[in-house]
Amino acid sequence: MYDYARFFQLPEAFGPVATPMSLTREDLEKIAHLARLQISAEELPAYVESLSSIIDFVEQLNGADTTDVLPMAHPLSGQTQRLRADEVTENNARELHQQNAPRVEAGLYLVPKVIE
Amino acid sequence: MHNLTIKQLSDGLRQKKFSSVELTQSALARVEKFNPRLNAFITVTAERALEHARRADARLARGEGGPLTGVPIAHKDIFCAAEVRTTCGSRMLDRFVSPYDATVVAKLQAAGVVSVGKTNMDEFAMGSSNETSYYGPVRNPWDETRVPGGSSGGSAAAVAGRVVPAATGTDTGGSIRQPAALSGIVGLKPTYGRVSRYGMIAFASSLDQAGVLTQTAEDAALLLGAMAGLDPRDSTSVDEPVPDYAAELNKPLQGLKIGLLKEFFDGLEPGNAQAVQAALEVFRKLGASTQELSLPSLPLSVSTYYVVAPAECSSNLSRFDGVRFGHRCEEPRDLLDLYKRSRGEGFGAEVKRRIMTGTYVLSAGYYDAYYLKAQKVRQLIADDFRRAFESVDVLIGPTTPTPAFELGAKVDDPITMYLNDIYTIGANMAGLPALSTPCGFVDGLPVGLQIVGPVFSEARLLNVAHAYQQETEWHTKIPHGYE
Repeated sequence: MYDYARFFQLPEAFGPVATPMSLTREDLEKIAHLARLQISAEELPAYVESLSSIIDFVEQLNGADTTDVLPMAHPLSGQTQRLRADEVTENNARELHQQNAPRVEAGLYLVPKVIE
Repeated sequence: MHNLTIKQLSDGLRQKKFSSVELTQSALARVEKFNPRLNAFITVTAERALEHARRADARLARGEGGPLTGVPIAHKDIFCAAEVRTTCGSRMLDRFVSPYDATVVAKLQAAGVVSVGKTNMDEFAMGSSNETSYYGPVRNPWDETRVPGGSSGGSAAAVAGRVVPAATGTDTGGSIRQPAALSGIVGLKPTYGRVSRYGMIAFASSLDQAGVLTQTAEDAALLLGAMAGLDPRDSTSVDEPVPDYAAELNKPLQGLKIGLLKEFFDGLEPGNAQAVQAALEVFRKLGASTQELSLPSLPLSVSTYYVVAPAECSSNLSRFDGVRFGHRCEEPRDLLDLYKRSRGEGFGAEVKRRIMTGTYVLSAGYYDAYYLKAQKVRQLIADDFRRAFESVDVLIGPTTPTPAFELGAKVDDPITMYLNDIYTIGANMAGLPALSTPCGFVDGLPVGLQIVGPVFSEARLLNVAHAYQQETEWHTKIPHGYE
Protein backbone atom coordinates (compact mmCIF):
# COMPACT_ATOMS: atom_id res chain seq x y z
CA MET A 1 0.00 0.00 0.00
CA TYR A 2 1.41 3.37 -1.00
CA ASP A 3 2.09 5.55 2.00
CA TYR A 4 0.29 8.72 0.97
CA ALA A 5 0.90 10.36 4.32
CA ARG A 6 4.60 10.57 3.48
CA PHE A 7 3.93 12.59 0.36
CA PHE A 8 1.60 14.96 2.10
CA GLN A 9 3.31 15.04 5.49
CA LEU A 10 -0.24 14.93 6.72
CA PRO A 11 -1.42 15.23 10.28
CA GLU A 12 -2.73 12.06 11.84
CA ALA A 13 -6.29 13.24 11.44
CA PHE A 14 -6.07 12.40 7.76
CA GLY A 15 -7.42 9.09 6.57
CA PRO A 16 -10.40 6.86 7.08
CA VAL A 17 -10.28 7.54 10.82
CA ALA A 18 -13.63 9.04 11.82
CA THR A 19 -13.33 12.77 12.34
CA PRO A 20 -16.18 15.07 13.32
CA MET A 21 -18.19 16.01 10.25
CA SER A 22 -17.43 19.55 9.16
CA LEU A 23 -20.75 19.80 7.31
CA THR A 24 -24.23 19.03 8.60
CA ARG A 25 -27.20 17.59 6.79
CA GLU A 26 -28.71 21.09 6.73
CA ASP A 27 -25.53 22.51 5.17
CA LEU A 28 -25.70 19.89 2.47
CA GLU A 29 -29.36 20.57 1.73
CA LYS A 30 -28.54 24.26 1.34
CA ILE A 31 -25.58 23.55 -0.97
CA ALA A 32 -27.68 21.17 -3.09
CA HIS A 33 -30.34 23.85 -3.41
CA LEU A 34 -27.80 26.49 -4.44
CA ALA A 35 -26.39 24.05 -7.01
CA ARG A 36 -29.91 23.24 -8.22
CA LEU A 37 -29.44 19.53 -7.65
CA GLN A 38 -32.15 17.19 -6.44
CA ILE A 39 -30.55 14.93 -3.83
CA SER A 40 -32.77 12.28 -2.29
CA ALA A 41 -33.01 11.78 1.48
CA GLU A 42 -31.30 8.40 1.09
CA GLU A 43 -28.36 9.90 -0.83
CA LEU A 44 -27.81 12.81 1.58
CA PRO A 45 -25.78 11.08 4.33
CA ALA A 46 -23.17 9.79 1.85
CA TYR A 47 -22.71 13.31 0.46
CA VAL A 48 -22.48 14.82 3.95
CA GLU A 49 -19.70 12.36 4.68
CA SER A 50 -17.76 12.72 1.43
CA LEU A 51 -18.03 16.51 1.20
CA SER A 52 -16.96 16.76 4.84
CA SER A 53 -13.90 14.64 4.17
CA ILE A 54 -13.02 16.74 1.11
CA ILE A 55 -13.43 19.98 3.07
CA ASP A 56 -11.32 18.53 5.91
CA PHE A 57 -8.71 17.45 3.39
CA VAL A 58 -8.36 20.85 1.75
CA GLU A 59 -8.02 22.50 5.18
CA GLN A 60 -4.29 21.78 4.85
CA LEU A 61 -4.12 24.83 2.55
CA ASN A 62 -4.38 26.95 5.67
CA GLY A 63 -0.93 25.71 6.66
CA ALA A 64 0.65 27.52 3.68
CA ASP A 65 2.08 30.99 4.22
CA THR A 66 0.63 33.11 1.42
CA THR A 67 1.44 36.53 2.85
CA ASP A 68 2.04 38.95 -0.03
CA VAL A 69 1.22 36.27 -2.62
CA LEU A 70 -1.17 37.38 -5.34
CA PRO A 71 -3.78 34.82 -6.38
CA MET A 72 -2.97 33.28 -9.75
CA ALA A 73 -4.81 35.05 -12.56
CA HIS A 74 -3.47 32.94 -15.45
CA PRO A 75 -1.48 29.69 -15.42
CA LEU A 76 1.20 31.19 -17.68
CA SER A 77 2.87 34.27 -16.26
CA GLY A 78 2.42 37.42 -18.31
CA GLN A 79 -0.52 36.04 -20.29
CA THR A 80 -3.82 37.84 -20.42
CA GLN A 81 -7.02 36.90 -22.13
CA ARG A 82 -7.43 38.36 -25.58
CA LEU A 83 -10.34 40.57 -26.48
CA ARG A 84 -11.83 40.72 -29.93
CA ALA A 85 -13.89 43.28 -31.80
CA ASP A 86 -17.56 43.14 -30.87
CA GLU A 87 -18.94 42.05 -34.21
CA VAL A 88 -21.14 39.27 -35.53
CA THR A 89 -18.96 36.28 -36.41
CA GLU A 90 -21.48 33.43 -36.41
CA ASN A 91 -24.42 32.80 -38.68
CA ASN A 92 -27.81 32.27 -37.12
CA ALA A 93 -28.19 28.52 -36.63
CA ARG A 94 -31.14 28.50 -34.26
CA GLU A 95 -32.91 25.55 -35.84
CA LEU A 96 -29.79 23.45 -35.83
CA HIS A 97 -29.08 24.25 -32.19
CA GLN A 98 -32.65 23.70 -31.10
CA GLN A 99 -32.55 20.16 -32.44
CA ASN A 100 -30.89 19.31 -29.13
CA ALA A 101 -33.50 21.08 -27.02
CA PRO A 102 -35.89 18.89 -25.01
CA ARG A 103 -38.92 21.05 -25.89
CA VAL A 104 -39.27 23.88 -28.40
CA GLU A 105 -42.15 25.51 -30.18
CA ALA A 106 -42.02 28.16 -32.90
CA GLY A 107 -38.33 28.68 -32.23
CA LEU A 108 -38.86 29.17 -28.50
CA TYR A 109 -37.67 27.00 -25.61
CA LEU A 110 -40.59 25.73 -23.57
CA VAL A 111 -40.40 25.75 -19.76
CA PRO A 112 -43.06 25.45 -17.03
CA LYS A 113 -45.08 28.59 -16.43
CA VAL A 114 -43.00 31.13 -14.49
CA ILE A 115 -45.42 34.07 -14.10
CA GLU A 116 -48.92 33.44 -12.79
CA MET B 1 -1.19 -3.81 -39.38
CA HIS B 2 -2.92 -3.02 -36.09
CA ASN B 3 0.35 -3.01 -34.18
CA LEU B 4 2.01 -0.38 -36.37
CA THR B 5 2.69 3.14 -35.13
CA ILE B 6 1.31 6.23 -36.82
CA LYS B 7 4.71 6.86 -38.37
CA GLN B 8 4.76 3.33 -39.82
CA LEU B 9 1.17 3.63 -41.03
CA SER B 10 1.97 6.95 -42.63
CA ASP B 11 4.96 5.48 -44.47
CA GLY B 12 2.95 2.41 -45.49
CA LEU B 13 0.12 4.52 -46.90
CA ARG B 14 2.57 6.48 -48.98
CA GLN B 15 4.25 3.30 -50.22
CA LYS B 16 0.79 1.88 -51.10
CA LYS B 17 1.29 -1.12 -48.81
CA PHE B 18 -2.31 -0.59 -47.70
CA SER B 19 -5.03 1.99 -48.16
CA SER B 20 -6.74 4.17 -45.60
CA VAL B 21 -9.95 2.25 -46.21
CA GLU B 22 -8.14 -0.99 -45.35
CA LEU B 23 -6.67 0.54 -42.18
CA THR B 24 -10.03 1.92 -41.17
CA GLN B 25 -11.74 -1.41 -41.80
CA SER B 26 -9.08 -3.13 -39.72
CA ALA B 27 -9.57 -0.68 -36.84
CA LEU B 28 -13.36 -1.05 -37.03
CA ALA B 29 -12.99 -4.84 -36.99
CA ARG B 30 -10.85 -4.59 -33.87
CA VAL B 31 -13.40 -2.32 -32.24
CA GLU B 32 -16.04 -4.96 -32.94
CA LYS B 33 -13.83 -7.74 -31.64
CA PHE B 34 -12.48 -6.12 -28.48
CA ASN B 35 -15.00 -3.53 -27.43
CA PRO B 36 -17.33 -6.06 -25.78
CA ARG B 37 -14.38 -6.80 -23.46
CA LEU B 38 -12.89 -3.32 -23.04
CA ASN B 39 -15.94 -1.02 -23.29
CA ALA B 40 -13.51 1.57 -24.64
CA PHE B 41 -15.95 3.14 -27.13
CA ILE B 42 -19.23 4.94 -26.50
CA THR B 43 -20.00 5.65 -30.16
CA VAL B 44 -18.56 4.06 -33.30
CA THR B 45 -18.87 6.09 -36.50
CA ALA B 46 -18.13 3.39 -39.07
CA GLU B 47 -19.80 4.86 -42.16
CA ARG B 48 -18.43 8.32 -41.56
CA ALA B 49 -14.96 6.87 -40.96
CA LEU B 50 -15.03 4.91 -44.21
CA GLU B 51 -16.18 7.97 -46.12
CA HIS B 52 -13.29 10.00 -44.65
CA ALA B 53 -10.91 7.13 -45.44
CA ARG B 54 -12.03 7.09 -49.09
CA ARG B 55 -11.40 10.84 -49.25
CA ALA B 56 -7.95 10.35 -47.72
CA ASP B 57 -7.13 7.63 -50.26
CA ALA B 58 -8.15 9.97 -53.07
CA ARG B 59 -5.88 12.68 -51.70
CA LEU B 60 -2.99 10.27 -51.35
CA ALA B 61 -3.56 8.96 -54.88
CA ARG B 62 -3.21 12.52 -56.15
CA GLY B 63 0.06 12.82 -54.25
CA GLU B 64 -1.51 15.22 -51.78
CA GLY B 65 -1.97 15.13 -48.02
CA GLY B 66 0.42 15.17 -45.09
CA PRO B 67 1.94 12.62 -42.74
CA LEU B 68 -1.39 12.03 -40.97
CA THR B 69 -3.60 11.67 -44.05
CA GLY B 70 -5.51 8.40 -43.90
CA VAL B 71 -4.43 7.41 -40.39
CA PRO B 72 -7.28 6.15 -38.18
CA ILE B 73 -7.59 7.37 -34.57
CA ALA B 74 -10.33 7.82 -31.98
CA HIS B 75 -11.49 10.92 -30.11
CA LYS B 76 -12.27 11.10 -26.43
CA ASP B 77 -16.00 11.71 -26.18
CA ILE B 78 -15.38 15.12 -24.62
CA PHE B 79 -14.63 16.62 -28.05
CA CYS B 80 -17.63 17.84 -30.01
CA ALA B 81 -17.82 16.41 -33.51
CA ALA B 82 -20.43 17.81 -35.88
CA GLU B 83 -23.41 15.52 -36.45
CA VAL B 84 -21.94 12.94 -34.07
CA ARG B 85 -23.34 12.05 -30.67
CA THR B 86 -21.11 13.65 -28.01
CA THR B 87 -21.91 12.41 -24.48
CA CYS B 88 -18.93 13.34 -22.28
CA GLY B 89 -19.65 10.03 -20.52
CA SER B 90 -22.84 11.45 -19.02
CA ARG B 91 -26.53 10.62 -19.06
CA MET B 92 -26.98 14.39 -19.27
CA LEU B 93 -25.73 14.34 -22.87
CA ASP B 94 -26.87 10.84 -23.83
CA ARG B 95 -28.78 12.14 -26.83
CA PHE B 96 -26.72 15.24 -27.58
CA VAL B 97 -25.67 15.49 -31.22
CA SER B 98 -23.08 18.22 -31.58
CA PRO B 99 -23.94 20.94 -34.11
CA TYR B 100 -20.26 21.82 -34.59
CA ASP B 101 -16.68 20.51 -34.51
CA ALA B 102 -14.19 21.12 -31.73
CA THR B 103 -11.08 22.83 -33.09
CA VAL B 104 -9.04 19.69 -32.29
CA VAL B 105 -11.48 17.56 -34.31
CA ALA B 106 -11.54 20.04 -37.20
CA LYS B 107 -7.75 20.42 -37.33
CA LEU B 108 -7.08 16.68 -37.28
CA GLN B 109 -9.77 16.13 -39.90
CA ALA B 110 -8.18 18.80 -42.07
CA ALA B 111 -4.87 16.94 -41.70
CA GLY B 112 -6.62 13.87 -43.11
CA VAL B 113 -6.96 11.89 -39.89
CA VAL B 114 -9.86 9.43 -39.88
CA SER B 115 -11.80 9.17 -36.62
CA VAL B 116 -13.45 5.77 -36.07
CA GLY B 117 -15.42 6.82 -33.01
CA LYS B 118 -15.70 8.37 -29.57
CA THR B 119 -14.03 6.82 -26.57
CA ASN B 120 -15.42 6.16 -23.11
CA MET B 121 -14.37 8.41 -20.25
CA ASP B 122 -15.15 9.34 -16.68
CA GLU B 123 -18.31 11.46 -16.61
CA PHE B 124 -17.36 15.02 -17.59
CA ALA B 125 -13.71 13.91 -17.16
CA MET B 126 -14.17 13.69 -13.39
CA GLY B 127 -12.47 10.53 -12.24
CA SER B 128 -9.22 8.59 -12.25
CA SER B 129 -10.48 5.11 -13.08
CA ASN B 130 -13.10 5.51 -15.81
CA GLU B 131 -15.66 4.10 -13.38
CA THR B 132 -17.81 7.24 -13.19
CA SER B 133 -18.91 6.90 -16.83
CA TYR B 134 -22.67 6.56 -17.40
CA TYR B 135 -21.68 3.96 -20.02
CA GLY B 136 -19.91 1.69 -17.56
CA PRO B 137 -16.27 1.16 -16.67
CA VAL B 138 -13.50 0.55 -19.20
CA ARG B 139 -11.27 -2.47 -18.60
CA ASN B 140 -7.49 -2.47 -18.74
CA PRO B 141 -6.23 -4.77 -21.53
CA TRP B 142 -3.26 -5.77 -19.35
CA ASP B 143 -5.66 -7.23 -16.78
CA GLU B 144 -9.34 -6.95 -17.49
CA THR B 145 -10.21 -7.02 -13.77
CA ARG B 146 -8.37 -3.70 -13.40
CA VAL B 147 -9.06 -0.09 -14.34
CA PRO B 148 -7.25 1.58 -17.27
CA GLY B 149 -7.02 4.84 -15.31
CA GLY B 150 -8.98 7.94 -16.12
CA SER B 151 -10.49 10.11 -17.15
CA SER B 152 -9.23 9.32 -20.69
CA GLY B 153 -9.61 5.59 -19.91
CA GLY B 154 -11.32 4.59 -23.15
CA SER B 155 -8.62 6.27 -25.24
CA ALA B 156 -5.91 4.59 -23.15
CA ALA B 157 -7.42 1.09 -23.35
CA ALA B 158 -8.08 1.45 -27.09
CA VAL B 159 -4.44 2.37 -27.79
CA ALA B 160 -3.00 -0.17 -25.32
CA GLY B 161 -5.09 -2.93 -26.96
CA ARG B 162 -3.98 -1.62 -30.40
CA VAL B 163 -7.61 -1.16 -31.39
CA VAL B 164 -6.56 2.21 -32.81
CA PRO B 165 -2.95 3.43 -33.17
CA ALA B 166 -3.60 6.65 -31.20
CA ALA B 167 -6.36 8.66 -29.57
CA THR B 168 -7.01 12.14 -28.25
CA GLY B 169 -7.49 12.89 -24.57
CA THR B 170 -7.78 15.74 -22.11
CA ASP B 171 -5.85 16.36 -18.92
CA THR B 172 -7.11 18.50 -16.03
CA GLY B 173 -5.24 16.82 -13.17
CA GLY B 174 -3.59 13.85 -14.88
CA SER B 175 -6.36 12.49 -17.10
CA ILE B 176 -4.01 11.77 -20.03
CA ARG B 177 -0.81 10.81 -18.18
CA GLN B 178 -2.32 8.61 -15.46
CA PRO B 179 -4.30 6.35 -17.83
CA ALA B 180 -1.32 6.26 -20.22
CA ALA B 181 0.88 5.06 -17.32
CA LEU B 182 -1.64 2.48 -16.10
CA SER B 183 -2.19 1.19 -19.65
CA GLY B 184 1.45 1.07 -20.78
CA ILE B 185 1.38 3.73 -23.49
CA VAL B 186 2.57 7.31 -24.09
CA GLY B 187 0.46 10.27 -22.94
CA LEU B 188 1.26 13.92 -23.56
CA LYS B 189 -0.38 16.88 -21.85
CA PRO B 190 0.83 20.06 -23.59
CA THR B 191 1.32 23.50 -22.02
CA TYR B 192 -1.92 25.19 -20.94
CA GLY B 193 -3.22 27.07 -23.99
CA ARG B 194 -1.03 25.19 -26.49
CA VAL B 195 -4.06 23.38 -27.95
CA SER B 196 -7.45 25.04 -28.34
CA ARG B 197 -10.21 24.16 -25.89
CA TYR B 198 -12.94 25.24 -28.29
CA GLY B 199 -15.57 22.49 -28.50
CA MET B 200 -13.93 20.51 -25.72
CA ILE B 201 -16.62 20.21 -23.06
CA ALA B 202 -15.36 22.30 -20.14
CA PHE B 203 -14.58 20.86 -16.71
CA ALA B 204 -12.09 23.25 -15.07
CA SER B 205 -11.22 25.89 -17.62
CA SER B 206 -7.96 27.12 -16.06
CA LEU B 207 -6.59 23.55 -16.00
CA ASP B 208 -8.13 21.69 -18.97
CA GLN B 209 -5.78 20.90 -21.83
CA ALA B 210 -6.13 18.61 -24.84
CA GLY B 211 -3.40 16.14 -25.73
CA VAL B 212 -2.73 12.68 -27.13
CA LEU B 213 -2.33 9.03 -26.15
CA THR B 214 0.00 7.15 -28.48
CA GLN B 215 2.41 4.22 -28.74
CA THR B 216 5.50 6.38 -29.23
CA ALA B 217 6.85 9.86 -28.60
CA GLU B 218 7.28 10.21 -32.36
CA ASP B 219 3.55 9.66 -32.92
CA ALA B 220 2.73 12.18 -30.19
CA ALA B 221 4.98 14.69 -31.98
CA LEU B 222 3.16 14.16 -35.29
CA LEU B 223 -0.29 14.55 -33.75
CA LEU B 224 0.57 17.51 -31.52
CA GLY B 225 1.96 19.38 -34.52
CA ALA B 226 -1.43 19.08 -36.22
CA MET B 227 -3.47 20.00 -33.12
CA ALA B 228 -1.52 22.89 -31.62
CA GLY B 229 -1.74 26.57 -32.40
CA LEU B 230 -3.59 29.80 -31.80
CA ASP B 231 -7.36 29.63 -32.10
CA PRO B 232 -9.32 32.90 -32.12
CA ARG B 233 -12.26 30.92 -30.72
CA ASP B 234 -10.43 30.14 -27.46
CA SER B 235 -9.34 33.30 -25.68
CA THR B 236 -6.84 31.30 -23.58
CA SER B 237 -5.15 29.63 -26.53
CA VAL B 238 -1.66 31.06 -26.77
CA ASP B 239 -0.14 32.95 -29.70
CA GLU B 240 3.12 31.04 -29.86
CA PRO B 241 4.61 29.51 -33.02
CA VAL B 242 4.21 25.73 -33.34
CA PRO B 243 7.62 24.12 -33.88
CA ASP B 244 8.19 21.02 -36.01
CA TYR B 245 8.08 18.62 -33.08
CA ALA B 246 9.25 15.65 -35.17
CA ALA B 247 12.37 17.55 -36.32
CA GLU B 248 13.80 17.77 -32.80
CA LEU B 249 13.24 14.15 -31.77
CA ASN B 250 16.78 12.96 -32.43
CA LYS B 251 18.73 15.64 -30.61
CA PRO B 252 21.39 14.00 -28.40
CA LEU B 253 20.71 14.12 -24.65
CA GLN B 254 24.36 14.86 -23.82
CA GLY B 255 24.39 17.53 -21.14
CA LEU B 256 20.68 17.26 -20.31
CA LYS B 257 20.08 18.28 -16.70
CA ILE B 258 17.43 16.17 -15.01
CA GLY B 259 15.86 17.17 -11.71
CA LEU B 260 14.59 14.48 -9.35
CA LEU B 261 11.89 15.71 -7.03
CA LYS B 262 12.34 14.53 -3.48
CA GLU B 263 8.56 14.73 -3.08
CA PHE B 264 8.09 12.22 -5.93
CA PHE B 265 10.47 9.60 -4.62
CA ASP B 266 9.70 9.57 -0.90
CA GLY B 267 7.52 6.60 -0.13
CA LEU B 268 7.32 5.21 -3.68
CA GLU B 269 6.51 1.49 -3.87
CA PRO B 270 9.65 -0.64 -4.43
CA GLY B 271 8.50 -1.98 -7.82
CA ASN B 272 7.72 1.46 -9.22
CA ALA B 273 10.87 2.92 -7.66
CA GLN B 274 13.02 0.23 -9.29
CA ALA B 275 11.52 0.87 -12.74
CA VAL B 276 12.05 4.62 -12.43
CA GLN B 277 15.62 4.22 -11.13
CA ALA B 278 16.45 1.92 -14.05
CA ALA B 279 15.13 4.57 -16.45
CA LEU B 280 17.35 7.19 -14.83
CA GLU B 281 20.35 4.91 -15.48
CA VAL B 282 19.43 4.92 -19.18
CA PHE B 283 19.44 8.72 -19.22
CA ARG B 284 22.80 8.87 -17.43
CA LYS B 285 24.22 6.52 -20.04
CA LEU B 286 22.97 8.91 -22.72
CA GLY B 287 24.96 11.71 -21.15
CA ALA B 288 22.36 13.30 -18.90
CA SER B 289 23.07 14.31 -15.32
CA THR B 290 20.69 14.09 -12.40
CA GLN B 291 20.29 16.18 -9.30
CA GLU B 292 17.87 16.13 -6.39
CA LEU B 293 15.45 18.99 -5.93
CA SER B 294 12.58 19.84 -3.67
CA LEU B 295 9.40 21.78 -4.42
CA PRO B 296 8.21 22.60 -0.90
CA SER B 297 4.67 23.58 -1.90
CA LEU B 298 4.09 20.57 -4.17
CA PRO B 299 2.44 18.41 -1.47
CA LEU B 300 -0.33 21.02 -1.39
CA SER B 301 -1.16 20.49 -5.06
CA VAL B 302 -3.94 17.94 -4.52
CA SER B 303 -5.79 20.05 -1.97
CA THR B 304 -5.35 23.11 -4.20
CA TYR B 305 -6.77 21.10 -7.08
CA TYR B 306 -9.79 19.97 -5.06
CA VAL B 307 -10.74 23.58 -4.46
CA VAL B 308 -9.96 25.07 -7.87
CA ALA B 309 -11.30 22.25 -10.07
CA PRO B 310 -14.68 21.79 -8.31
CA ALA B 311 -15.15 25.56 -8.16
CA GLU B 312 -14.66 25.89 -11.91
CA CYS B 313 -16.72 22.74 -12.53
CA SER B 314 -19.69 24.05 -10.56
CA SER B 315 -19.62 27.19 -12.64
CA ASN B 316 -19.10 25.43 -16.00
CA LEU B 317 -21.76 22.78 -15.42
CA SER B 318 -24.42 25.35 -14.53
CA ARG B 319 -25.13 25.47 -18.28
CA PHE B 320 -26.90 22.11 -18.02
CA ASP B 321 -30.35 23.33 -17.10
CA GLY B 322 -32.70 20.92 -18.85
CA VAL B 323 -33.92 23.73 -21.10
CA ARG B 324 -31.62 24.27 -24.06
CA PHE B 325 -29.97 20.86 -24.43
CA GLY B 326 -29.30 17.76 -22.41
CA HIS B 327 -31.44 15.65 -20.12
CA ARG B 328 -34.82 16.94 -18.95
CA CYS B 329 -36.93 15.35 -16.23
CA GLU B 330 -40.50 14.20 -16.83
CA GLU B 331 -43.42 16.38 -15.82
CA PRO B 332 -41.67 19.25 -14.01
CA ARG B 333 -43.93 21.00 -11.46
CA ASP B 334 -42.24 24.36 -11.92
CA LEU B 335 -38.97 25.82 -13.18
CA LEU B 336 -37.04 25.07 -9.98
CA ASP B 337 -38.23 21.48 -10.06
CA LEU B 338 -37.20 21.29 -13.73
CA TYR B 339 -33.66 22.46 -12.92
CA LYS B 340 -33.22 20.31 -9.83
CA ARG B 341 -34.58 17.04 -11.13
CA SER B 342 -33.04 17.37 -14.62
CA ARG B 343 -29.62 17.93 -13.04
CA GLY B 344 -30.18 15.41 -10.25
CA GLU B 345 -31.08 12.71 -12.78
CA GLY B 346 -28.67 13.74 -15.53
CA PHE B 347 -25.48 13.86 -13.44
CA GLY B 348 -23.83 10.91 -11.70
CA ALA B 349 -22.66 10.82 -8.08
CA GLU B 350 -19.07 12.04 -8.58
CA VAL B 351 -20.14 14.96 -10.78
CA LYS B 352 -22.75 15.99 -8.20
CA ARG B 353 -20.14 15.70 -5.46
CA ARG B 354 -17.79 18.04 -7.32
CA ILE B 355 -20.50 20.52 -8.26
CA MET B 356 -21.52 20.73 -4.61
CA THR B 357 -17.92 20.99 -3.38
CA GLY B 358 -17.41 23.84 -5.82
CA THR B 359 -20.67 25.51 -4.86
CA TYR B 360 -19.60 25.35 -1.21
CA VAL B 361 -16.10 26.78 -1.69
CA LEU B 362 -17.46 29.61 -3.83
CA SER B 363 -20.39 30.43 -1.57
CA ALA B 364 -20.68 33.65 0.41
CA GLY B 365 -18.34 33.72 3.37
CA TYR B 366 -16.12 30.89 2.09
CA TYR B 367 -14.75 32.32 -1.15
CA ASP B 368 -11.68 33.95 0.43
CA ALA B 369 -10.97 31.04 2.75
CA TYR B 370 -10.99 28.42 0.00
CA TYR B 371 -10.92 29.66 -3.57
CA LEU B 372 -8.75 32.73 -3.12
CA LYS B 373 -6.43 30.86 -0.76
CA ALA B 374 -6.14 28.00 -3.27
CA GLN B 375 -5.29 30.40 -6.12
CA LYS B 376 -2.52 31.86 -3.94
CA VAL B 377 -1.11 28.43 -3.12
CA ARG B 378 -1.35 27.63 -6.81
CA GLN B 379 0.90 30.62 -7.48
CA LEU B 380 3.38 29.26 -4.91
CA ILE B 381 3.41 25.90 -6.69
CA ALA B 382 3.97 27.58 -10.08
CA ASP B 383 6.80 29.66 -8.57
CA ASP B 384 8.42 26.52 -7.15
CA PHE B 385 8.42 24.91 -10.60
CA ARG B 386 9.80 28.06 -12.22
CA ARG B 387 12.69 28.13 -9.75
CA ALA B 388 13.40 24.44 -10.38
CA PHE B 389 13.71 25.06 -14.12
CA GLU B 390 16.40 27.65 -13.47
CA SER B 391 18.74 24.77 -12.58
CA VAL B 392 17.41 21.80 -14.57
CA ASP B 393 15.96 21.19 -18.06
CA VAL B 394 13.33 18.63 -17.12
CA LEU B 395 11.96 16.92 -14.02
CA ILE B 396 11.67 13.15 -14.15
CA GLY B 397 9.85 10.82 -11.79
CA PRO B 398 6.98 8.38 -11.56
CA THR B 399 3.63 9.19 -13.19
CA THR B 400 1.55 7.39 -10.56
CA PRO B 401 2.21 6.04 -7.06
CA THR B 402 0.94 2.53 -7.92
CA PRO B 403 0.15 0.46 -11.01
CA ALA B 404 -3.46 -0.16 -12.16
CA PHE B 405 -5.81 -1.06 -9.31
CA GLU B 406 -8.82 -3.37 -9.38
CA LEU B 407 -12.22 -2.27 -10.61
CA GLY B 408 -14.32 -1.16 -7.67
CA ALA B 409 -11.35 -0.87 -5.30
CA LYS B 410 -11.64 2.87 -4.75
CA VAL B 411 -15.12 3.85 -5.89
CA ASP B 412 -16.46 4.28 -2.36
CA ASP B 413 -13.72 6.57 -1.14
CA PRO B 414 -13.32 9.77 -3.18
CA ILE B 415 -10.19 10.96 -1.40
CA THR B 416 -8.30 7.71 -2.03
CA MET B 417 -9.34 7.98 -5.66
CA TYR B 418 -8.13 11.59 -5.82
CA LEU B 419 -4.70 10.54 -4.53
CA ASN B 420 -3.99 8.68 -7.78
CA ASP B 421 -3.07 12.02 -9.21
CA ILE B 422 -0.57 13.25 -6.61
CA TYR B 423 2.31 13.27 -9.11
CA THR B 424 0.40 14.61 -12.10
CA ILE B 425 -1.62 17.51 -10.66
CA GLY B 426 1.41 19.77 -10.12
CA ALA B 427 1.93 20.28 -13.87
CA ASN B 428 -1.70 21.34 -14.30
CA MET B 429 -1.41 23.78 -11.41
CA ALA B 430 1.53 25.48 -13.12
CA GLY B 431 0.25 25.07 -16.70
CA LEU B 432 3.32 22.99 -17.64
CA PRO B 433 3.66 20.36 -20.35
CA ALA B 434 4.23 16.80 -19.12
CA LEU B 435 4.51 13.39 -20.68
CA SER B 436 4.26 9.79 -19.48
CA THR B 437 6.12 6.95 -21.18
CA PRO B 438 6.22 3.24 -20.26
CA CYS B 439 9.28 2.31 -18.15
CA GLY B 440 8.67 -1.22 -16.91
CA PHE B 441 6.27 -3.61 -15.25
CA VAL B 442 5.30 -4.59 -11.72
CA ASP B 443 3.55 -7.97 -11.51
CA GLY B 444 2.67 -7.76 -15.20
CA LEU B 445 1.24 -4.25 -14.91
CA PRO B 446 2.80 -1.26 -16.70
CA VAL B 447 4.64 1.52 -14.88
CA GLY B 448 4.83 5.07 -16.26
CA LEU B 449 7.74 7.50 -16.21
CA GLN B 450 6.76 11.16 -16.07
CA ILE B 451 8.78 13.94 -17.71
CA VAL B 452 7.80 17.53 -16.89
CA GLY B 453 9.29 20.62 -18.52
CA PRO B 454 8.96 24.40 -18.52
CA VAL B 455 6.20 26.07 -20.56
CA PHE B 456 6.33 25.32 -24.29
CA SER B 457 9.04 22.67 -23.89
CA GLU B 458 6.97 19.96 -25.63
CA ALA B 459 9.69 19.45 -28.25
CA ARG B 460 12.24 18.80 -25.49
CA LEU B 461 9.95 16.39 -23.63
CA LEU B 462 9.27 14.46 -26.83
CA ASN B 463 12.99 14.44 -27.62
CA VAL B 464 13.81 13.03 -24.16
CA ALA B 465 11.08 10.39 -24.38
CA HIS B 466 12.07 9.46 -27.94
CA ALA B 467 15.71 9.01 -26.92
CA TYR B 468 14.59 6.77 -24.07
CA GLN B 469 12.39 4.74 -26.43
CA GLN B 470 15.38 4.14 -28.74
CA GLU B 471 17.17 2.48 -25.81
CA THR B 472 14.26 0.51 -24.33
CA GLU B 473 11.38 -1.65 -25.53
CA TRP B 474 8.75 -1.04 -22.84
CA HIS B 475 6.61 1.06 -25.21
CA THR B 476 6.47 -1.78 -27.75
CA LYS B 477 4.91 -4.30 -25.35
CA ILE B 478 1.38 -5.36 -26.21
CA PRO B 479 -0.98 -7.03 -23.73
CA HIS B 480 -1.54 -10.78 -24.08
CA GLY B 481 -4.45 -11.54 -26.40
CA TYR B 482 -4.15 -8.23 -28.24
CA GLU B 483 -0.93 -8.93 -30.22
